[in-house]
Amino acid sequence: MRTVVITGLGASTPLGGDLPTTWSALLAGTSGVSVIEADWAQELSTRIAAQAAVDPASVMDRVAARKLDRSSQFAMVAALEAWADAGLGLDEESTVDPDRLLTSIGTGIGGLHSLLGNWDVQKEKGARRVSPLTIPMLMANAPAANVSLRIGSRAGVHAPVSACASSNEAIALAFDLIRLGRADIAVVGGTEAVIHPLPMAAFGQMQALSKRNDEPTKASRPFDVDHDGFVLGEGGACMVIETLEHAQARGAHIYGTLAGAGTTADAQDMVAPSQRGQVLAMRKALYEAGLTPADIKHVNAHGTSTPTGDPIEAASVAEVLGEAVDGCVVTSTKSMTGHLLGAAGALETIASVKALYHRVVPPTINLDNPEPDLLIDIAANVSRPLPSGDLAAINNSFGFGGHNVSVLVTTENTTAGSAS
Amino acid sequence: MATTEEIREQLAEIVNDVAGVAVEDVQLDKSFTEDLDVDSLSMVEIIYACEDKFSVSIPDDDAKNLRTVGDAVAYIERAQA
Repeated sequence: MRTVVITGLGASTPLGGDLPTTWSALLAGTSGVSVIEADWAQELSTRIAAQAAVDPASVMDRVAARKLDRSSQFAMVAALEAWADAGLGLDEESTVDPDRLLTSIGTGIGGLHSLLGNWDVQKEKGARRVSPLTIPMLMANAPAANVSLRIGSRAGVHAPVSACASSNEAIALAFDLIRLGRADIAVVGGTEAVIHPLPMAAFGQMQALSKRNDEPTKASRPFDVDHDGFVLGEGGACMVIETLEHAQARGAHIYGTLAGAGTTADAQDMVAPSQRGQVLAMRKALYEAGLTPADIKHVNAHGTSTPTGDPIEAASVAEVLGEAVDGCVVTSTKSMTGHLLGAAGALETIASVKALYHRVVPPTINLDNPEPDLLIDIAANVSRPLPSGDLAAINNSFGFGGHNVSVLVTTENTTAGSAS
Repeated sequence: MATTEEIREQLAEIVNDVAGVAVEDVQLDKSFTEDLDVDSLSMVEIIYACEDKFSVSIPDDDAKNLRTVGDAVAYIERAQA
C-alpha cells in the first residue's frame, strides 16, 4: 500500500483569513462567534454565528470573485494557500503532472447564497434578470470544480456531499484514490457558506442552534453541562496530500502522514447520532493504520456543543480507547470556530495535523462544568502539551444522514527538525 | 439622448464590471468574444446589464447578432430612438 503524506495546509475561518492566524487564535483560546448585525437576523431565535474573519472576495481578483459563490471563494482561498504552502506553483510554474493530480473538496449544502439570491431576483424582477451563472455557482461540486480549473487537476474532480462529514469524506476518498494508484497528489478539503436567513431559521426550527445571543463567545461549549446547541460557522479548509515517494522526489516539507480513514453509515436515524457507527468508524481508521488505541494521543472531536451529540461521542471515544483513554487528550475546536458543516472535517483534520506537528492541543473553551460521567480527558480552557516520540491522532466528523468519517494522522515521515 | 460615445463609455464600464476588460479596450471595432475574450455566459450578463442601464429590450434572438462593441452600441442607439 502506498504511503500518503500531508505537505500543504490552508484555511479561511472565523478566526483568521489564513491558517497561521487561525492556528494562533486556536492555541490562544479565542472565540470566533459574534452577533449578526444584519436586519434579517433580528426576528430569529438565534442571532449569533461564527462569521468569517476575512471576506474571501476581498482577497481575490474582483472579476474572478463575482463568478464564484461564497462557498467556492472560501474553497479557492484555502486551496491556493495549501498549494503555495506545499511549495507548488500555478500555471506555467506548476511542476505537477496534471494527469496525476486530483481535487476532492466537499460541501454540506453548496452555493446557497447564489441559489436563494437569484430566486429573490426572479421573484422581484422576473426570469430575465436571473444570472446566467446561477447553476454553475450553486451546484455543490462547484467549489471542487473551480479549484480543479485553477490548479489544473485532470486525474479527477470529486465533491462528496455528506452533510457535516463531507470534507472528511473528501479526504478519505482522495486518500483511497491515491492508494489505488489513480493519482499521486491531491488537493482535498471542504467549504461552507450558509450564514443566511433560511438555514439559520431552519436549523433553529430543529432546535439545533445555541440561543445564547447575549453571550456569543460563550455559546459554543462542547461537553459543558450548559451547552444548548451548535453555533453556525463558515469558511474553507484544504490540504495537499501526496504519496511519500512523490513528496520526497520533489523535496517537499512533510507535516505528517495520513495513515487511516474509517467510514461507516448508521442506517438508524436521519439526524440522531449512533455510538455504534462512531465506534466502528474510529476502529476502521485504527485498523487501516495498523495502530492500537494506546497509540492515539489526541482526538479532535466532532463535539458540536449539542446536548444530544456530545455525550454520545464522549462515550464512543471512551469505548474505542478503553484503558488508553487516560493517555489521550481530547478537544473540540468547534468551541472557538463554531460548526463549519461541510468544512468542519477538513479544518479539524488540519488542526489535528498541526497539534501533532507542534505537539500541543488547542483548548476546548467554555468548558466550565463538564457533563457528568464523561470518561474522556478534555483540554479544558487551556492548551495541552503532547509528549515526544511517535504520535497519532483521530479527527471525527459525523453528519446528518448517518455519516461517520474518522481520519487518522500520525507524525510518521514528518520532516526532521520541524517539530518544536 | 445619449451620444454614440456616451453609450460606448457606459457599455465599457459594464464590460469592465462583468468581465474585467480594461475600459479603454472596449472600442467600436472590437469583437466581444474574439478580441475582448468575453465568454458566452458573461456576454449574457452584459446584455441584461445593458437592458437595465439603457432602458431598452434586447431579445435573445437579437443579442446573438451583437458581435462587436459597435454592433451593440448601434443596437442601443436604435432602440432608444
